[in-house]
Amino acid sequence: MINAILHGILLGGLYALLATGLSLMFGVMRIINLAHGSLALVGAYMAFLFMEHLHISTYLALVPVLPGALIVGYVLQRTLLERSLRAGELVPLLTTFGLLIVIGNLLQYFFSPDVHSLPSGRIGTASWRVTSSVTIPWFDVLILAVAVVVLGGLHLLLRRTQLGRELRATASDADTAELMGVNARRVYARATAIAVATSALAGVFYAMRSAFDPFSGATQLIYAFEAVVIGGIGSLWGTLVGGIVLGVAQTVGAQINVQYFALGGHVVFLAVLILRAVLQAGGLRVLPRGAGA
Amino acid sequence: MAFTLGLGVLLALLAFAPLMLSQGSLDNLIQLYFLVILAIMWNALAGYGGLVSVGQQAFIGIGAYAVVFLSVQHSLNPYFAMLLATLIGAAISIPVAAVMLWLRGGAFAIGMWVVAEVFAILISLDASLGGGTGTSAVLAFNLRYTPEQRLRYTYWAALAAAAALLVILFLLLRSRLGASLQAIRDDEAAAASVGVRVLLGKGVLFVLAGAGCTAAGTVILAWQLSIPPLGPDSIFGVNWSAKMIFMVLVGGLGTFEGPIIGAIILYLLQTYVSNAGVWYFVMLGSIAIAVALFLPSGVWGAAQDRFNLQLLPVGYRVRR
Repeated sequence: MINAILHGILLGGLYALLATGLSLMFGVMRIINLAHGSLALVGAYMAFLFMEHLHISTYLALVPVLPGALIVGYVLQRTLLERSLRAGELVPLLTTFGLLIVIGNLLQYFFSPDVHSLPSGRIGTASWRVTSSVTIPWFDVLILAVAVVVLGGLHLLLRRTQLGRELRATASDADTAELMGVNARRVYARATAIAVATSALAGVFYAMRSAFDPFSGATQLIYAFEAVVIGGIGSLWGTLVGGIVLGVAQTVGAQINVQYFALGGHVVFLAVLILRAVLQAGGLRVLPRGAGA
Repeated sequence: MAFTLGLGVLLALLAFAPLMLSQGSLDNLIQLYFLVILAIMWNALAGYGGLVSVGQQAFIGIGAYAVVFLSVQHSLNPYFAMLLATLIGAAISIPVAAVMLWLRGGAFAIGMWVVAEVFAILISLDASLGGGTGTSAVLAFNLRYTPEQRLRYTYWAALAAAAALLVILFLLLRSRLGASLQAIRDDEAAAASVGVRVLLGKGVLFVLAGAGCTAAGTVILAWQLSIPPLGPDSIFGVNWSAKMIFMVLVGGLGTFEGPIIGAIILYLLQTYVSNAGVWYFVMLGSIAIAVALFLPSGVWGAAQDRFNLQLLPVGYRVRR
């Protein structure tokens, strides 16, 4: 059981990394990007392509993939999401869902429905045998460390840099921020760029950790979303907490019965929702508290 | 008045169709009917209630599996099982509504998807229902009816379900509750401030949509007789939501006639772009995105605006 909990905490690192982009986009633009998981998967498939053709390691493949993801995110915001935001409240949901369907099926066409996995090098299989029943896989520790670094970096970005101030200002009140000289559209585009880049990073790590297929994006979206909601929508560090809680819920569930893995997470997710609703007598308010942590 | 008579005549004609049309045509019309049901139900939630749900497939799956459970394992008449399954779906939607309606926007959308996944997992844990590898109701139907009879009875069941749901929805929208629903959709806080009971209104819509999607699920089961294994194309798969969103967006979100048009369009695409495979869904998704951005009122909405049409009087028209 201790082993399960430990692995759950480490798994939480991956979910936190995956959820960071989702949380950022919601905090700044109030968009729930349903294509988030699919974009993470695109990152993984792109890394796969680079590795196949350039014969480099997965880690080196991140070098072309991450900047590419930044560009994709920027373009995505300027073309699709910007128009969606203007068109109405429901529209971003609908267009990002359409995007999810399009991406999933395009991936299936180009890469076949087969399962793939990216090699993770020697650290991928190394582990530390603490006791006879507890082992710590180094790779999961790496992912957790990366998640903390990314969240920390974002935190610093938001608190200490010009871009961060612009992001927070636009998140609180876009119109007034524009009056102050902030170009809201460019800010949004940069936020999306960062979000897609973090999701591509998460996607590559996910692909190294487990097998993936074109439709894994949907499942990962659900887990990322659950992590964000459990931790509290709008809070960056809350995403880490949420990811860890989700990870533990899943591994403990799997401990009880192998088939209860996802169910464990779903149950905790729904329980948190009900609890929040009960505690807030006036009803659950899904309010963003800005992009700050 | 003349229009209502026209509708009555249409209904009568459709009811007599099994005596006039071929098996293939009946089969096609059944598909059209369940698509119409799904479209109007999703539109009821999103267009009239402002509730975008990416998880209505939860109820489609419940409908299908409930019929298998009742008719195969408990030997009930499959058509009676369909009716019972719809009631079961409606009953299940009440506690689900109690939990989920606290959410709004994207949280509600994905939350419903989680609910669909939960139902899919729970059912896959039951070995007697196939354990996730699919099951079928072939025995329940074929031991009682010939294929021609099954097709005919399924056709009538599908037509009855679609017509009943259309009538219920129409009456609901014309009622006081319907006016409050549209008020909620337009501005929830303002509606609440004039005394509209927001949760009750949403709850009624949710239960109706739950029952309707369950009914569609039962028809789908009666039509295809088997349930495929879990995956994106399964009865609990998110592809059903993709179809619902497509039909409603293309037809016209928030209009009464729009989803029906959207269902017809999807049905035509489905029938004639049959070689598609993955490109079929790529096309659906792309068209949905394009329509959401460039033709937000859908085909029917645009036609309404252009030609000042209004076939059925349901409060006011939506302009998005």
